[in-house]
Amino acid sequence: MGKRTPLYKLHVDAGARIVDFGGWDMPLHYGSQLDEHHAVRREAGAFDVSHMTVVDIEGDGAGDFLRHLLANDVARLQQRGKALYSCMLTPDGGIVDDLIVYFLEPGRYRVVVNAGTRDKDMAWIESRAKDFDVTVLERGDTAMIAVQGPRARERAASALPAALREQALALQPFSAAEAGAVFVGRTGYTGEDGWEIVVPASEGCTYWQKFVAAGIRPCGLGARDTLRLEAGMNLYGTDMDETTSPLESGLAWTIAWDPAGRDFVGRKALEAQRGSGKLQRFVGLVLEGRGVLRNHQKVVVAGLGEGEITSGGFSPTLERSIALARVPAGDYDRAQVDVRGKLLDVRIVKPPFVRNGRATVAV
Amino acid sequence: MSELPGDLLYTSEHEWLRKEDDGSITIGITDHAQAALGDLVYVELPEVGQEVTAGGEMAVVESVKAASDVYSPLSGEVIAVNDELADDPQKINSDPYGDGWIARVRPEGESEETMTPDEYQEFLDELED
Repeated sequence: MGKRTPLYKLHVDAGARIVDFGGWDMPLHYGSQLDEHHAVRREAGAFDVSHMTVVDIEGDGAGDFLRHLLANDVARLQQRGKALYSCMLTPDGGIVDDLIVYFLEPGRYRVVVNAGTRDKDMAWIESRAKDFDVTVLERGDTAMIAVQGPRARERAASALPAALREQALALQPFSAAEAGAVFVGRTGYTGEDGWEIVVPASEGCTYWQKFVAAGIRPCGLGARDTLRLEAGMNLYGTDMDETTSPLESGLAWTIAWDPAGRDFVGRKALEAQRGSGKLQRFVGLVLEGRGVLRNHQKVVVAGLGEGEITSGGFSPTLERSIALARVPAGDYDRAQVDVRGKLLDVRIVKPPFVRNGRATVAV
Repeated sequence: MSELPGDLLYTSEHEWLRKEDDGSITIGITDHAQAALGDLVYVELPEVGQEVTAGGEMAVVESVKAASDVYSPLSGEVIAVNDELADDPQKINSDPYGDGWIARVRPEGESEETMTPDEYQEFLDELED
């Protein structure tokens, strides 16, 4: 038996197929992964993401600490509630984890890291925090629900505490608000509008039930994965890990090089890598014909060598197979993938594949 | 789980067989198999006229989750395939014993061991434990 979120029993009662995910017993789907996927693209879906690790970083040194720990620069967060996506790197430039950091108020930040990497992340953050005036507090007492889709915010709003409702509806993308122990961020992992909501664990079930009653469809990790793949968002441990840097993972945009004097962990290694040239490309693939691209399939680029699919699958929105892949350096827009012994033609595209319900690549 | 159709035979690879009046055998995958795979998004069918061998690969069904081989429970010649699966693979999810059939084979020679509905139900019950 794995770890269970505060909502576990509701998932089982709803007929969810439960699978292990990073040591957690999580819902894969509640009947049809495809229907759940379409619900998020067209209306609204709710995901239990309570397995994710919420860490509050507090103290006079919190800002300085995060400017040291993260490749992106929290000094960019000038307004309260603003959020930033960043990688946390090893000194060699490998990715320890990717995360979202919210600036709550001076001296107080909230960081959300992945579930499967919880132990090493906490050890890493705590070891690095020793030289700073900060406290690192892991929140084990919360439930976290993502409501995503074009109708998600309007349907979820009525379930929020009155004190937070107006403020939540007024949030700009990638920013957050809180009232008491309830936190709402206009963020997500689907390529759709929506909120990620953190509440006390004891209130998790009540919120979930209110969201479902408001017409938000329960969605499992299966749909979460196809949605994030369509949105061109990396999955830690699959598209990137400690052996790959953000420069090789399509995440150069998350590295804040300026100011040049900011000495974040991994900076020197990234600078060396950037100067060496000939980095592998991290690209999107669209399969031209029928079939399904899968993780670890070989990508063949005529004359230039081979690469590998890091995440592949079927795109329910495009009704085509798509993938993220790490491929040889060079200027080309076609390749082939070895799918069960057959070489199939793929087109190379720049992710995302889908944003806000619409295709962003030609099919 | 729904009741197993009584007029079919089953294999340990979760395929079903139905003997037709003309002596041919229609083959599909069971409700248990489709549920374990999840929503199907692609089916690679054999070709009509193709020879298949008992225990050999006959088709590939791919779900949102994974690709899975469908093994032929008998040797023979493929005399029909369910072309509608190319555009609507989810027929296997919605009607695994009916519209979701995969291929029809004219038996020639050996076949894999099969189970009656009761035996297959017992087999499934043991898997659950």
